[in-house]
Amino acid sequence: MTDNINEIGRRKFLKLSAGVFAGACALTTLKPLISSMNPSKDVLASSTKKIDVSGMKNDDVRVEKWLGKPIFIMKRSVESLKIVDEVSMDALKDQQSDEQRFYDRNWLVVIGVCTHLGCIPIAKQGDYNGWYCPCHGSHYDLSGRVRKGPAPSNLVVPLYDIIYNDPEKKNASHIIIGVEKGTANV
Amino acid sequence: MSNDNKIIDQSKTGSVVDWIEYRLPVFSFIKHLCDYRTPINLSFMWNFGILAGIALVVQIVTGLFLAMHYTPHVAHAFDSVEHIMRDVQYGWLLRYTHAVGASFFFIVIFAHIARGLYYGSYKSPREIVWICGVILYVLMMATAFMGYVLPWGQMSFWGATVITNLFSAIPLIGDSIVSLLWGGFSVDNPTLNRFFVLHYLIPFIIAAFAVIHVIALHQFGSTNPTGVEVKNVKKETVPFHPYYTYKDLVYVVIFFLVLFMMIAFLPDYLGHPDNYIEANPMITPSHIVPEWYFLPFYAILRAIPDKLMGVLGMFGAIAVLFVVPWLDRHPTKSGKYRKYFKIAYWIFIFNFLCLMWLGGQEAAEPYLTLSRISLCIYFSYFLVALPLLSKYEPISPDIPESIESSLKSKG
Amino acid sequence: MLIKNIRFFAIILFASLQYLLFIHNAFASDIFKPLHPKKEVAWQFDGVFGKFDRASIRRGYKVYKEVCAACHSLNRIAFRNLTEIGFSTKEAEALAAGYNIIDGPNDIGEMFDRPGALADHFVKPYPNSEAARASNHGALPPDLSLIIKARHDGANYVYSLLTGYKGTEPDSGGLYENPYFITGKLAMTPPLADGIVSYDDKTPQTLSNYAYDVVNFLQWTASPEMEHRKKIGYKVFIVLIVLFIFCVIAKKKVWDDAGK
Repeated sequence: MTDNINEIGRRKFLKLSAGVFAGACALTTLKPLISSMNPSKDVLASSTKKIDVSGMKNDDVRVEKWLGKPIFIMKRSVESLKIVDEVSMDALKDQQSDEQRFYDRNWLVVIGVCTHLGCIPIAKQGDYNGWYCPCHGSHYDLSGRVRKGPAPSNLVVPLYDIIYNDPEKKNASHIIIGVEKGTANV
Repeated sequence: MSNDNKIIDQSKTGSVVDWIEYRLPVFSFIKHLCDYRTPINLSFMWNFGILAGIALVVQIVTGLFLAMHYTPHVAHAFDSVEHIMRDVQYGWLLRYTHAVGASFFFIVIFAHIARGLYYGSYKSPREIVWICGVILYVLMMATAFMGYVLPWGQMSFWGATVITNLFSAIPLIGDSIVSLLWGGFSVDNPTLNRFFVLHYLIPFIIAAFAVIHVIALHQFGSTNPTGVEVKNVKKETVPFHPYYTYKDLVYVVIFFLVLFMMIAFLPDYLGHPDNYIEANPMITPSHIVPEWYFLPFYAILRAIPDKLMGVLGMFGAIAVLFVVPWLDRHPTKSGKYRKYFKIAYWIFIFNFLCLMWLGGQEAAEPYLTLSRISLCIYFSYFLVALPLLSKYEPISPDIPESIESSLKSKG
Repeated sequence: MLIKNIRFFAIILFASLQYLLFIHNAFASDIFKPLHPKKEVAWQFDGVFGKFDRASIRRGYKVYKEVCAACHSLNRIAFRNLTEIGFSTKEAEALAAGYNIIDGPNDIGEMFDRPGALADHFVKPYPNSEAARASNHGALPPDLSLIIKARHDGANYVYSLLTGYKGTEPDSGGLYENPYFITGKLAMTPPLADGIVSYDDKTPQTLSNYAYDVVNFLQWTASPEMEHRKKIGYKVFIVLIVLFIFCVIAKKKVWDDAGK
């Protein structure tokens, strides 16, 4: 063989780059395949949910379904809010104040899925007047914050907007889950 | 040794490769595949085998992802396919790739079979490779037939009705067999469900038979365009890798290029508009046609006026393929050196294309008479021409001594 | 040797493409040939470089909404899809809110009405096919979402049908003469006439413009992915051509060693 080093090198480069290029094309085909497993457009469009809360009384807890998960809505009474106010930050595993969580403290809106392993906590149970998760014994308080048990964080607050009957915002008529505060079209 | 051979050098590759190799000889198996000696003079007609394998992988992968979104229930099937087309991310790409890919699978297979028939690839000692191949073809047709039913369009439903009704031609037990196939008294939900299950399953059986097909091939190696068996391994063969891996890669790229151009710009071309209408058991379309790759057999079916004979004719046209190695026993393998065989072969090919066209016409004159003539030509190629040629065709003096001498004479 | 192979290969490819073209006409033909060949329009979406004419599609939507939607459903289109043809999210929400959707059951088990939202699909004119037939002398107005793909050469067919009526009076059987329909007479009253829809832009309000625009709209409803699909086609074409060249050169280099 009279190939010089350059020729052999060029050949190797060409063969290698053809192979690598072909491999890269093959890998590109993975993108639409994997993408197709992502939520489809109709699922992404599953709209917001408008819930009529005008009939709720103090300390009522409602459970609604949204995106396949339960939502807890509680109309908290003055007494409940007092209990919430008495909790100090040091007692909390996941430190959040009630004001940080809910912009209208009369209304608690959380996703009713335990942050431990996903079971649905039971309302008005447990040691903290809030929720109790029967699967592994996590306790949540009247702000939906974890106080005891293996759950690592507080019950998640979704995007929601409250629609009021009055301009003073004392009487809520509807809560819309899935929209930013103040953006909902009535 | 050339740079391209992978020698498992213990001092270089370390113990991981050895550890695996000792327990499951994967690496030496890959080396065996790469070193596999292949005749040096194969033309592009020998590339269709690997293309068929690629087409199978494309169908299985796209099919798998489609199945994540498809619902095999009569009330939801059509809607689920439109859901895939409109809402699933890249769903339209999956669907069109799968539909056009099926047609391309058949194009590749027809070319592959045409190669086999011309070059005598079915002759001794490769009869089992050929029989495996015909089994693969039958499995492919079953899979494609059931797959076409799944979107539950008008053609899906009525094609299924017509073809499953064929089995009622079987004397005595025909009607029971048909209602067994249907799971009911007409093509309906049980039928759709089981077709989905079988359509998902059979491609894996095809994959298994493809492996057996290649194992059988590797017993004696590939044929080559001269039809003369390899005599000098060193001079007449090359290792599969890198020679045929790189050559195959070129044709794989061409395959994907043509496939993608069809998907991007003519995705519904090979399909039928009636399949975009949801199945209606109360309305028969004016013109029921199967997909193009079934048209020759459909032509044969309709050409024979008797129901049972029509069914036997159609299945017979496929069954005759199994016995080709025993119909053609001429000592010369390659059609290149058989001048009378060549004429018969090209008449057969042209006739097959005519049958395909005729299958798409209405079942009326003059198409019926033409189909009958065509069907006679089809069967006489196998049952008359091949045996007669085996006996009486003189052996050509031009057959080269060996592959080596044929290469030398080409210069 | 290579040239011979390429020539042979090219001939086979060309011949097969010609054959496929030929055979396509064969099995796509209708048994009953219409009395007239279809009118052929130069559609903007046709061909390798075809695109949607969004202004025309929006006008076509207006035609659908004001004329066709009375009898023809468009079930596969959701209000959120309207943003793909140039309506803003707010406009689409407003359009949706103009419709009444029956939802439910509510807490006391009753169905109730609510305004449409983006996620809802277009509202059907009739609750089921029996009601549709009852209101249309036994004929069922088909859903139009896929009509362009469900008819051979669909765009030209629908355009010819809409512009092809011979007169506006029905015959004794209640059918209207139209040489572009498969039997020459159909049950649909001629839906279009000059001036029945007022366009928001300066496009002349003629029957043929209405037909042109509504066909553009229906082409979009049948193939909303068309532009994305063609775009991917261009990209794949370029990448694979380059890859092809690389592979051919690599293959040549490999085979130069053969027999040495």
